[in-house]
Amino acid sequence: MLAEMPVISRDPMQPAGCRVTHVKKETHDTWTLDVTPPDKHWRFQPGQFSMLYVFGVGELPISISGDPQHPSKQTYTVRAVGMATRRLVSLKPKDWLGVRGPFGNGWPVEQARGKDVVLVAGGIGLAPLRPVIYHILAHRADYGRLILLYGARSPRDIIYTAELKAWAKLPQTEILTTVDYGGLSWRGNVGVVTSLFRRIALNPLRTVGMICGPEIMMSYAAREFEQKGVSRHDIYLSMERNMKCGIGLCGHCQHGPNFVCKDGPVFTYSSLERWIYKREI
Amino acid sequence: MEVKDLAPVLEQHAFLAGLPKQHVDLLVGCASNRKFDKGEYLCRQGESAEVFYLLRDGIVAVELYLPQKGGVRLETLREGDVLGWSWLVAPYTWHFDARAVTPVRAIVLDGKCLRGKCQTDYELGYHLFARFATIMEQRLESARLQLLDLYGGAKEVRSRDAR
Repeated sequence: MLAEMPVISRDPMQPAGCRVTHVKKETHDTWTLDVTPPDKHWRFQPGQFSMLYVFGVGELPISISGDPQHPSKQTYTVRAVGMATRRLVSLKPKDWLGVRGPFGNGWPVEQARGKDVVLVAGGIGLAPLRPVIYHILAHRADYGRLILLYGARSPRDIIYTAELKAWAKLPQTEILTTVDYGGLSWRGNVGVVTSLFRRIALNPLRTVGMICGPEIMMSYAAREFEQKGVSRHDIYLSMERNMKCGIGLCGHCQHGPNFVCKDGPVFTYSSLERWIYKREI
Repeated sequence: MEVKDLAPVLEQHAFLAGLPKQHVDLLVGCASNRKFDKGEYLCRQGESAEVFYLLRDGIVAVELYLPQKGGVRLETLREGDVLGWSWLVAPYTWHFDARAVTPVRAIVLDGKCLRGKCQTDYELGYHLFARFATIMEQRLESARLQLLDLYGGAKEVRSRDAR
């Protein structure tokens, strides 16, 4: 842990020193970290991400999973699967972290006003969608039904369990969860997340779909939306590529004609369709 | 419930949506209503498969028993779903267990009776097989996606969040 960090930089390539304030264990391999914002003007849009620099280890792009109405803290949910993420989740309150961002375009929460919003999340893909839920709940009258279809690997991999239960009790809100592998004691759904589409009725003309998860899951979910009559222009996917600079300079995250970090990470299915099934991209 | 009362129930079930009335009437002769208590098996792996179920209410878990490992829950089915196509394919044996997770109401359709009717009424056979082919395609796709273990590997997830 470093003793003292110089604060704030608005240079997008220079990390700002921020302190971890709270760490919460979500599952056996996933943690949520609250971090001080780089300055009092810090804001983010649901769906944006930051580059988090674990000193001496490396920098990695992490989606912001907190409440955009309360930018007094940055929140990141991280699954520990590699060296950098393991070090990231082992940080303790008062430890320092380098932060660049927020970057990217975010989910179309403004375009979705007046419509039903259907979120489809796979695994830790729920984290980048959680700010959308917070946003809708904070502006409830501006939106129609809120439906979350969430697939996890197993019951022990479900994140935000307390919030899922609380959201499910809210009016005009449906939370459907499924797991790929359920033990005999699991009382909920077993099956892939796309199987949950059978459980919901949609008005395709007033539905906006937002999908986040592994790319193959997103393509299947997008097809499910299409089969229900939702326009490709109203289906949004959050893409993942090897983001490094975060501002469209380095080219590492190029996907077809786009840089995912700058032009995305959220794209309409109509704009992605030409590229998402190309193996070479 | 009288057998004749099952026609509207069959017509309203998602699996049979759009089936011509004359075919629904044919199915009624092979249909009966059943309730299952929580924990009761609708079918057992290895046993003769002479029926299939149209689920009306409750949750059914499709399970596979692995020797020395116990049961694995593969899928859950609910209202509007159909359970079982082993009655269509010789040797007409269940390949999985199906157990009521909650109290379940279902329409039971006699497979042997239906096979006989499909032999003499090809149009009915076509309608039924088209519906089962769709279900099989959906379940095969789901099974393939499950095999990928999308959320489990180190390179999966949001690799954005996984390095």
